[in-house]
Amino acid sequence: MHSIPGRRVILSLFLIFLLLPIYWLVNMSFKTNGEIVSTMTLWPHQPTIANYMRIFTDESWYSGYINSLKYVVINTVISISVALPAAYAFSRYRFLGDKHLFFWLLSNRMAPAAVYALPFFNLYSAINLFDTPWAVALAHCIFNVPLAVWILEGFVSGVPREIDETAFLDGYSFPRFFIRILVPLIASGIGVAAFFCFMFSWVELLLARTLTSVDAKPISAVMTRTVSAAGMDWGLLAAAGVLTIIPGALVIWFVRNYIARGFALGRV
Amino acid sequence: MDKTVNQKAWFLVLPVFLVVAFSAILPLMTVVNYSMQDTFGNNQFFWNGVGWFKELLDPSTDLGERFFASLWRNLFFSTVILAIEVPLGIVVALSMPRQGWTVAACLVTMALPLLIPWNVVGTIWQIFGRPDIGLLGYVLNSIGLNYNYVSNEFDAWATVIVMDVWHWTSLVALLCYAGLKSIPDAYYQAAQIDGASRWAVFTAIQLPKMNRVLLIAVLLRFMDSFMIYTEPFVVTGGGPGNSTTFISIELVKIALGQFDLGKAAALSLVYNLIIIIVCWVFYTVMTNAGADRQANKGVA
Amino acid sequence: MARIDLVDLAHSYSGNTADPESFALKPVTMTWRQGGAYALLGPSGCGKTTLLNLISGIVTPSRGKILFDGVDITPLTTQKRNIAQVFQFPVIYDTMTVGQNLAFPLKNRGVPKAENDARVAEIARLLDLTPYLGRKATRLTADAKQKISLGRGLVRSDVAAILFDEPLTVIDPELKWQLRSKLKALHRALDLTMIYVTHDQTEALTFADTVVVMHDGRVVQSGTPAELFDRPEHTFVGYFIGSPGMNIVPAEVRGREARIDGHTIALNRSYDGLPSAAKIEIGVRPEFVDVAPPAPGLLSASIERIDDLGRVRFARVRIGDAKFSARVPPGFSIPGEAAGLIFDPSHVHVYADSRLVEGSA
Repeated sequence: MHSIPGRRVILSLFLIFLLLPIYWLVNMSFKTNGEIVSTMTLWPHQPTIANYMRIFTDESWYSGYINSLKYVVINTVISISVALPAAYAFSRYRFLGDKHLFFWLLSNRMAPAAVYALPFFNLYSAINLFDTPWAVALAHCIFNVPLAVWILEGFVSGVPREIDETAFLDGYSFPRFFIRILVPLIASGIGVAAFFCFMFSWVELLLARTLTSVDAKPISAVMTRTVSAAGMDWGLLAAAGVLTIIPGALVIWFVRNYIARGFALGRV
Repeated sequence: MDKTVNQKAWFLVLPVFLVVAFSAILPLMTVVNYSMQDTFGNNQFFWNGVGWFKELLDPSTDLGERFFASLWRNLFFSTVILAIEVPLGIVVALSMPRQGWTVAACLVTMALPLLIPWNVVGTIWQIFGRPDIGLLGYVLNSIGLNYNYVSNEFDAWATVIVMDVWHWTSLVALLCYAGLKSIPDAYYQAAQIDGASRWAVFTAIQLPKMNRVLLIAVLLRFMDSFMIYTEPFVVTGGGPGNSTTFISIELVKIALGQFDLGKAAALSLVYNLIIIIVCWVFYTVMTNAGADRQANKGVA
Repeated sequence: MARIDLVDLAHSYSGNTADPESFALKPVTMTWRQGGAYALLGPSGCGKTTLLNLISGIVTPSRGKILFDGVDITPLTTQKRNIAQVFQFPVIYDTMTVGQNLAFPLKNRGVPKAENDARVAEIARLLDLTPYLGRKATRLTADAKQKISLGRGLVRSDVAAILFDEPLTVIDPELKWQLRSKLKALHRALDLTMIYVTHDQTEALTFADTVVVMHDGRVVQSGTPAELFDRPEHTFVGYFIGSPGMNIVPAEVRGREARIDGHTIALNRSYDGLPSAAKIEIGVRPEFVDVAPPAPGLLSASIERIDDLGRVRFARVRIGDAKFSARVPPGFSIPGEAAGLIFDPSHVHVYADSRLVEGSA
């Protein structure tokens, strides 16, 4: 009743479709460049972990990952922290300009990164944050904060007002109520919001590359600069790619229960 | 839920406002500034009024021609991927298992493409499609299809489209899945009792309940695809020639490549304006749908 | 219309091999008369929804059979059983009008349009929904939506029984009574078998001619409201029905006498040969025990509280360690804490291991 005939076939085909290019990347990451260029093999005939070793030992490579993680974490923390009180406000109160404010926020989520590339470049250079993880973290706020507010507002709305009122009657101050009572109740919502913030910040390339040069170079920049250099080290590139997938896979593995619960709460 | 009027709520909203304003308003002001000026170089600017905009919107100029060409490419691209991703996402959501460990396994697998940095997505497909080292390119060529996304326009488009479908269908599917999960069992039981066919269950129960999430999915996908930059850039670089040069690629070329600030700024503003209009439509439809639901609570 | 028979029906949500005490529904064999109005009454978790879902086919039983008019329908799906079910919250098809909602079951079965329209019109009239036929179903109030759910069940002329799973849960209190009366009127008019699940005894006792009381997965007693009130066959029934419920106190019973807390009271019947290992209890409703001034021949108790319910007063008293409720006769003024209790022997029942014992005359 719930699903459709042939669902196993459809689902399997779809999942295979998704996994195939990833498998190919993983496959390639364990091959030597010689094998890659000379033959087409479905699994490495001369498997090697040299590509991975290179990345783990070469500072210009692994620093890329660390830099990326830095700004993603900073951004997620900032986005969630400022979004929480705002989400509460939008959910519980009407105030002057609230609808317009909400719309303005949403429109920023939808802003094309390309439009901001040059202005951000100027702005962050001017305030000396250029080439630091803070520049990228703040720049990504323009997308992630509205998204976080939007998601969290839905979850706060799912908490009945009576709980707030009871807490205030019991003598809770607003900050204490917020931290002790509200936040635990919307924990799965925070999980969903954090997941999306992490996701969008981790994957974004344009701004991350524009706002950094040497010190804070994210892994995406390291990889693309490798591509534009002469002589393609495919195995190395593939290994680098595989390593960028791992944090995402880990994150989703750990929040899978929150996501499932968040979905089940029917917010969307 | 009834909301109380409370202007002090602005304090709660202030941090968000400041953070986003810092990131949004200041740069935008620079952009507006640049869009109305021209330069002799050496940081000397003079007033150009709406000159850049006129040039942008005039298909006979170089700038105008490039703008309109890339605009059509974007519209074509967005339409095609929506036509593929939305039905496919719905079908996949309907195919999800109901319970057990397979649910988590499917969710994780489906989420995987969504979590890959966009440049890596591009890299994956760049490699995958190459006839010499990529499985797809090799297989297609060995069955005689002469596939080459570097030199052939059609192949480049096909690759970019399939890549986007690979990348983002999961988002549509996950959103639809969330919508489906919120349907209480009693609805399906009632439908069984009413003798509804499988198709009737879909049209009478599942599709209406998925309305809201489908709307979100369609609008998110439309806007994100309209702004696409990284993935096609990595795979085709905008080529062959400029056959896959989308507006954002064009814009970055002008702004960061040529440093043609005035033209870039004008293009930015028009680009942003299109997005804002679509966003406004999105917002109005959503709030009307919400108001509708409120109104449904009490007439008899 | 059908007579429904349950033959050794039982169900466990954790599979057939589970411990029999853990079964959600313990084995039951009973008959539901055609055209009867039944209430399935019991507290949460007693198995009444399980039983209902077994009859409608939403759940397949671990064991046993279900017969409609003697035909074994256990392997049949819900669709083929000609059952209608009304759920706890209104289930309507959002995109359709009221009329389209009502027509849906007939449309799915290929009924020709003319007949379909006639049937819908008739049911709408019965349910007072005629003015809303053209309106979108989502726009109506909860009780109207429940009527639509009910209507979808009634519109099929071959429906064997209508099952209700606590259908008044989301209805506003002042409308509950209206809807209940409507259901009763419909039952009389259409002569359908109706099975109504609830945990509210008022709903059960006012709707049904036969109330089936369930407790812990078992059917404990089935009878008219009067029978349940006067002769509860299980202490649970005594305790659950009536407000306040029946008093149950441990006692020693021999012959025509029972000893409670050292005092003897007379019984109407003779009880000999009670199993010695069983738990023996006396059950009597507060309405049949009067409070009186303390006297040597009466069971003594101490009054803790008087509940004044307007037309009657009940005293909460204590006999030794046991709590007890008794009626305060009108006009009686309480002397102090000590009181005596006068029992009406014709309404005193004896229970062994919670089951009623039939004494001999």
